[in-house]
Amino acid sequence: MSRSHLALAALLALLLSLPAFAGPYALSVATLVLYSAYTGQAWNVMMGFAGQLSLGHSLYVGVGAYAAGAIFFHYGIGPWAGLWVAILLCVLLGVAIGFLAFRFGISGVYFALLTIAFAEFTRIGFDHLDWTGGPGGMFLRVAQRDTWDIANFRGPPLMYYYAMLALASLAFILCYCLLKAKAGYYWQAIRENEEAAQALGINTFRWKVYAVALSSAMTAVAGVFFAFYYNNLFPEQIFNISRSIEIILGPIIGGLGTLFGPILGAAVLTLLSEGITELLAALGWEIPGVKQVFYGVVLLLVVMFLPHGIWPAIARRLKLDA
Amino acid sequence: MLEVKNISKSFRGLRAVREASFTLPEGDINGLIGPNGAGKTTLFNIIAGVYAPDSGKVVFHKREIQGLRPDQVCAAGIGRTFQIVKPFAGLSVLDNVIVGALHRERSVASARSCACSILEKLDLARKSALPASSLTLPDRKRLEVARALATRPRLLLLDEVMAGLRPTECDRMVEVFRELNRADGLTILLIEHVMRAVMALAKHIGVLHHGEVIARGTPAEVVRNPAVLECYLGEDTEV
Repeated sequence: MSRSHLALAALLALLLSLPAFAGPYALSVATLVLYSAYTGQAWNVMMGFAGQLSLGHSLYVGVGAYAAGAIFFHYGIGPWAGLWVAILLCVLLGVAIGFLAFRFGISGVYFALLTIAFAEFTRIGFDHLDWTGGPGGMFLRVAQRDTWDIANFRGPPLMYYYAMLALASLAFILCYCLLKAKAGYYWQAIRENEEAAQALGINTFRWKVYAVALSSAMTAVAGVFFAFYYNNLFPEQIFNISRSIEIILGPIIGGLGTLFGPILGAAVLTLLSEGITELLAALGWEIPGVKQVFYGVVLLLVVMFLPHGIWPAIARRLKLDA
Repeated sequence: MLEVKNISKSFRGLRAVREASFTLPEGDINGLIGPNGAGKTTLFNIIAGVYAPDSGKVVFHKREIQGLRPDQVCAAGIGRTFQIVKPFAGLSVLDNVIVGALHRERSVASARSCACSILEKLDLARKSALPASSLTLPDRKRLEVARALATRPRLLLLDEVMAGLRPTECDRMVEVFRELNRADGLTILLIEHVMRAVMALAKHIGVLHHGEVIARGTPAEVVRNPAVLECYLGEDTEV
């Protein structure tokens, strides 16, 4: 076992035993960290690996959440079936966007604009869709919070924590395997230089669509979790562009295209945000917006001094693999 | 093996290539020379599938390949290098070549061993773990060649791989291509300004000027051709 494997095993053991000594508040923060780690990993497949910038990943969270949520709300069918509907819908959407963009040679910032456009008009569409409650939102019944009702994904916060831990770990293993496989080589080649990749026999169109499909499928699962964890969905919130930005900040701060970057970034950002709130409360400063200013300053510092993200710098120092 | 028939290509009214034709027999090393802007790279890009020609045909092993995508041309057995090198800068030298090798190899492990042996051939083995962005220009040119070779082409298109190399490095490269041609039967078409390399390698040379093939022949014939001398030096030569 290498140092990296040992470090990972230690981290996993820590996360598995965390509920034993964490209170309800700490557990909810930890769940949030794992959630943003997972969505960050999903987004990282597209941007970090294949170099396709999506600024509209809230689209997949939202569609995934609404699909599984609506099926549960209207028909009482649990998320294990709804999950597949959510994945299918998001993959179709992702492939449609990818097909449109890549077939017509839309790339870079223009591709990013297209992803925003899709997220925005889906938001407006859901505002006018009465079946999902329109702008008034959709609320899932919260029956009980004591026992683990795994079939309906209903239970105490602990269950959601472990579900998110499982998802984030699976995503990590998946990304690890992909990077070592042909897909990883091809995606990175496309990211680094698409023309050269094509000259080496890579069907760049197809591989970019694969990246979008996988990324949207993974994000759809996060959406399903979101629906059953928060139990209320509003188009204005879930499809909001600030949601998309939240998803991408973790991997960028942590280290774009690295395996551990999205996880580290999620931890740093979530703990920072919560920490600032706590600190300001302790100091008694109740100036509106001061939290955002602090948050922004820290992001600026990271971007200035660690332009490749936090993880590559740490990995170099500890002599771990990326 | 490769037959280019009456290829024409215009960009917004500028006729970059006009009715260009030539043939390249299997196992030959041929050169394509001409002044800057003569249409050499455009012609290369048409063969490699970057552009579709306005008219004309490209026949490779009895199959028409004009208008195919670059990856399909690569799959047909044509490898190419870029005049302006395009390394995968963030990947290691070895990983750059593995990407190419994966085109024919099924597993990453076999692609890796294939890539290692190619890097050995091109004197890059010692640098295989370095990021491609850290390479010097001559090494980047070698990496271009290594990557293209990794796709196991039957025809290799080399776009000015000698430019920027010192004479000794150039001679070393010439040796590598001779060896590939002799041992593996690789057919090579090179665009080159470095006459030292063209003269040493090419069996036949085509001269392109204003998009037209103005001369064809052995190196010795071509350098004595009046039309060639005129296009390089001008009618009123002031030396």
